Amino acid sequence: MMRANLLLALPVLCPLAGVALSLLAWRWPLVQRGVSLAASFGLLLSAIALVGAVHDGTVLATQFGAWQAPFGISFVGDMLSAAMVLIAGLMAVAVGIYGLAGDASAREYAFYHPLYQGLLLGVTGAFLTGDIFNLYVWFEVMLISSFGLLALGGTKAQLDAGVKYVTLNLVVTTQFLIAVALLYGATGTLNMADLALVLPTVENQGLVTTLALLFLVAFGAKAAVFPLFFWLPAAYHTASAPVVAIFAALLTKVGVYAILRTFTLMFDGDTGVTAPIVGAIAAATMITGVLGAAAHFDIRRILSFHIISQIGYMLLGIAVATPLAVGGAILYVIHHIVVKANLFLVAGVIHRAGGSYHLKEIGGLYRGLPLLGVLFAIPALSLAGLPPLSGFWAKFGVIKASLDAGHIALAVTGLAVGLLTLYSMLKIWNEAFWKAAPERSVAAERRWLGEPGTRVLMLVPISALATITLAIGFWAEPFVDYSLRAGAQLLDKSAYIDAVFPPETAGGARIQESVP
Amino acid sequence: MNSLILRTTGRAILPLALLFSIYVLFRGHNEPGGGFIGGLIAAAGLAVYALPRGRSALVRLIRVWPKALIGGGLALGLLSGLPALLLNSPYLTHQWTFPGGLAVGTALVFDVGVYLTVVGAVLTFLLPYLEE
Repeated sequence: MMRANLLLALPVLCPLAGVALSLLAWRWPLVQRGVSLAASFGLLLSAIALVGAVHDGTVLATQFGAWQAPFGISFVGDMLSAAMVLIAGLMAVAVGIYGLAGDASAREYAFYHPLYQGLLLGVTGAFLTGDIFNLYVWFEVMLISSFGLLALGGTKAQLDAGVKYVTLNLVVTTQFLIAVALLYGATGTLNMADLALVLPTVENQGLVTTLALLFLVAFGAKAAVFPLFFWLPAAYHTASAPVVAIFAALLTKVGVYAILRTFTLMFDGDTGVTAPIVGAIAAATMITGVLGAAAHFDIRRILSFHIISQIGYMLLGIAVATPLAVGGAILYVIHHIVVKANLFLVAGVIHRAGGSYHLKEIGGLYRGLPLLGVLFAIPALSLAGLPPLSGFWAKFGVIKASLDAGHIALAVTGLAVGLLTLYSMLKIWNEAFWKAAPERSVAAERRWLGEPGTRVLMLVPISALATITLAIGFWAEPFVDYSLRAGAQLLDKSAYIDAVFPPETAGGARIQESVP
Repeated sequence: MNSLILRTTGRAILPLALLFSIYVLFRGHNEPGGGFIGGLIAAAGLAVYALPRGRSALVRLIRVWPKALIGGGLALGLLSGLPALLLNSPYLTHQWTFPGGLAVGTALVFDVGVYLTVVGAVLTFLLPYLEE
């Protein structure tokens, strides 16, 4: 199990080393930059190795400190969590490079790099852990880091946003903790693989359904689903471009991942109650998100509301819960992380070139910066789901699955929301790139970012992410295949359980008599 | 908060608190104690010392910036788990030797890391509130 021990520890150790070393070097911004970037690259490389080890369907597990499950903390890597860690590593590198372009000296003096790595630490920990209380701990690491990142500028708007963000998230995290306590009271275990075995044997199945709903609320608020999304547009539009890009890429997706994981592994019993609720939430999330996006004229607010609407599609896949639907949801998560982070990075460049995030105050960018226009169009059209870009395949998967399963209303909602998404993306395009620049705005050509070095640092990650979007679109087969197999692996949980409790030691490690 | 009483007691309390914190740190593995509570005791002693004297006196005393203490502590905690990985067991499996019956293990490195992290974190929160 050498491979498992190393492969599952490294994605957490790299950002942890990033936190430690960048704190040690906190007075030397240049060293911090190097350390932080090296840690991000380390995370990416270890994630690639992890995906390489699990892509054929094996599930790896390690027990930290050699305390056997269900007493110690298990880390489990299956196809889904490996893919999530890989995409997180990719975002860490892309946003890390982009972040070098900004005027960062003040930001870096005040904890930027330790918090950035801390955020990655929380995210990868949450993806890999196999213990529900440990999941709470990683959520907390992520929350504290993200609050620090959000408040870094220290402006009034940021503190206001930070208070809203932290208040709702703390309330929900507390509720998550209470749900964990109740779960422990009902089953006597917190190891997720053990819970998968124990929960079906609990006599009071009504209690299990109630617990499932409590967890749905907790993770749903993290994922910003209807009606618990309001903290997201309130907070995201105040942060700097790299910070909001990494938030948009990873924070909500951890909530989606937690829902996917718990509702396929633990709470897959009584879906007669939960599935319609998840479906209704999915529809409401898609609609409210896209309406909010259609109404706004600040680029970052539009993009923030689009995060919410797109989360609805992922939830749609979870609600339908056929193999195609779950696979489609996984592909959706992967596609959306890339696209959404890219859109926020492009928005940061638009802000630099046009001097504002507000669509009424900018315009005419296409004349000076046609390349930027193309780089915006790729993720924007992909977000709307136009073929042959990555969003098309993701949307196709979930909507085809809902049609197959007879959820016509959900499928129609998904298609209509796709049209509205296209509308609001065209709105950004028309206003920022196409219409003539307003009189009082600075001419785009002259505002454009001084040094060529800065330009490269910003455009390289944006182009790389756009290339990934195109690759998923034109060369979809391996991605679709991987997602579908990851989905099938989620729905058949025996491999996961066997990895945590190897059959040869079963009975030795697992204490069945602890079940009440 | 420049009071003579606080100034004098602070000087007396600091060495006692540091000694006691190290005692608590070392007894931690099998008895109540350990890096976390030890770190809190040390930080409390440093806080009493620093309150009447101000920020620069504290920084002069500990010679490193508290943020670097956090970083060093985290790094120690991280390092303490690495021998296990090299020996082909799960991360953080602590390794022990018993020279002359004395239990020496990587768990102590981990605890010292926790100790430093706690001291650094408390002092980081404290620094902005200290007078110059």
